[in-house]
Amino acid sequence: MFKRIYAIFRARNLEFVRDRATLAWNLILPLALMAGLSLAFGGGDRNEYTIGVLSESGQIDSNAHPFLETRYIDFVAVDELEAAQRKVARHQLDLLLALEQPPRYWVNPDSSKGYFAERTLLQADAGVGGRMQKERIEGDAIRYVDWVLPGILGMNMMFSSLFGVGYVVVRYRKNGFLKRLRATPLRPMEFIVAQIASRMVLVIGITVLVFTGTHWVLGTPMEGSYLNLLLIATLGTISMVALGLVVAARVTSEELAGGLLNMINWPMMLLSGVWFSLEGAGALVQQIAKLFPLTHVLDSARAVMLDGATLAEIAPNLLALTAMSVVFLLLGARVFRWNQM
Amino acid sequence: MTIALEARHLVKEYPGVLAVNDVSFEVREGICFGLLGPNGAGKTTTVEIVEGVTPATSGEVLYYGEPAGQRFREEAGIQFQNTALQDHLSVGETLHMFRTLYDRQGNLDDIIEACSLGDLVDRDNRKLSGGQRQRLLLAVALVNRPKLIFLDEPTTGLDPQARRNFWDLVQNILKGGATVILTTHYMDEAQVLCDEIAIMDGGQIVTQGAPDALLAERYEGLIIELPKDAVDGGLGDIEHNVYDNLGIVEIQSTDVTASLRELGGKGIALDRVRIRQANLEDLFLDLTGHSLRA
Repeated sequence: MFKRIYAIFRARNLEFVRDRATLAWNLILPLALMAGLSLAFGGGDRNEYTIGVLSESGQIDSNAHPFLETRYIDFVAVDELEAAQRKVARHQLDLLLALEQPPRYWVNPDSSKGYFAERTLLQADAGVGGRMQKERIEGDAIRYVDWVLPGILGMNMMFSSLFGVGYVVVRYRKNGFLKRLRATPLRPMEFIVAQIASRMVLVIGITVLVFTGTHWVLGTPMEGSYLNLLLIATLGTISMVALGLVVAARVTSEELAGGLLNMINWPMMLLSGVWFSLEGAGALVQQIAKLFPLTHVLDSARAVMLDGATLAEIAPNLLALTAMSVVFLLLGARVFRWNQM
Repeated sequence: MTIALEARHLVKEYPGVLAVNDVSFEVREGICFGLLGPNGAGKTTTVEIVEGVTPATSGEVLYYGEPAGQRFREEAGIQFQNTALQDHLSVGETLHMFRTLYDRQGNLDDIIEACSLGDLVDRDNRKLSGGQRQRLLLAVALVNRPKLIFLDEPTTGLDPQARRNFWDLVQNILKGGATVILTTHYMDEAQVLCDEIAIMDGGQIVTQGAPDALLAERYEGLIIELPKDAVDGGLGDIEHNVYDNLGIVEIQSTDVTASLRELGGKGIALDRVRIRQANLEDLFLDLTGHSLRA
């Protein structure tokens, strides 16, 4: 029995080691993930308080007020007053500060963190004359479950789109099914579109079911239009399926495909804001996050579900998703191969 | 007669391997053309180039005088040697799916009946026996009423009864006027089905023509086959071939009675002698020096 086990064990090891591309990806992936994580979350502990500072330039001058020199607080530049006020109401910002004359701040009286942030602000302001004016913003905190639901739906969409298509196409290529299709009048673009359509129906169906279930059982909010949400889900699915097809366009090993897909999945899941907001992350990380379709799906879905954003307000995200879909589709069709080369 | 398909100077090179080396042939409309050769001869690569699923390094393929393109894909039916079908689909669903890919569509009921799949229509693809699977793959190749059908090693792995049933199917297809290109390493299959053959070895065609004409051209009379141990004393000046791996000695004779008398005169026991006609396997052995089943 052990001889047979060893024979299989050895053969499998040889197969893995001799598949150099897969081996390389298995080595590169954890290194790249480590590098990405240290870039995103490096630089010490995360701060406990997040204070928005109105700034048209996007820069915060820490000399403008002694409060801005307080340690363990994240000062985040915000350029839209209305959007920032909404975040204070939702407890997503603990306090909002405007330093133009007269200096003002907005705080939610129901926010415990807002209360302590306000105490610290007023103490620092007393040292420079105590001229700060207070504005109150009422609003209930968003429960974590409300905030994370779009993340969960988006993540499920991502896994289903990338693996459900990318991995399967590689298997079809490996077992000769794609070669059989190639001998028919079917064109690559037709095959790709069929894959996208099939996956889209599945993903949208599952997303609708999960959304409806959580909305009913947990009472998760839906402030905006269902049609807008459907549009986001549709474009998000198309872009991520098309991305999966680009990965699977030529790969002939399921293991390599798995490695490549994980190389995309994990950074996308970590940097797109599935589990936590990237509000306090560095500018570079936030710029990188915008390259992922999931970021645009989650930003726009949260805006619609939590803030009731209109079609015009989510248009930039929808345009980004459309552009990504077109680029990935064209690239996928261009590099697609039916056969193992 | 109209030429349905023409392969011109096909070459396929892989790193360090010349799989197909300047192969040319023509296939007349309505015949069964056999491409024969042992495993590794290059016949599957040649056929896949012709089918359009493997790009050639150089050379061209013409379908009714034009470069094989969309019309070819619409009118050709292909049964690959190894093809996976989509999981979790039934036989009927598989046939329907493939038929939908073509503008030319055959009648599925007729195809199912012709390929004896009537009892299997609702069965999952994965639960078919070898013979049933081959019949399904042939049926898939017929869903577009093809004018040209490729059958790549269609009876490999089938039992003798299933092979003969498959031959009947192919003969019925030929009666319907289609052109068939068959690759096989079974010589009996080629002899039963093919009007013309090309024998490949080492990536090249070593001979081609009608089987009977090729045999008549090369062989006169019959072949006397003796066990090697029966001629231990030697055959003297009688011309013969020795096949060590098969353990036999063969003598080609135009006058079998005289040859047997001569063998008896040399004291060779004739009780294990076999007399037969030359066949395609003999032709291949003579042309290439090794067995087709090697």
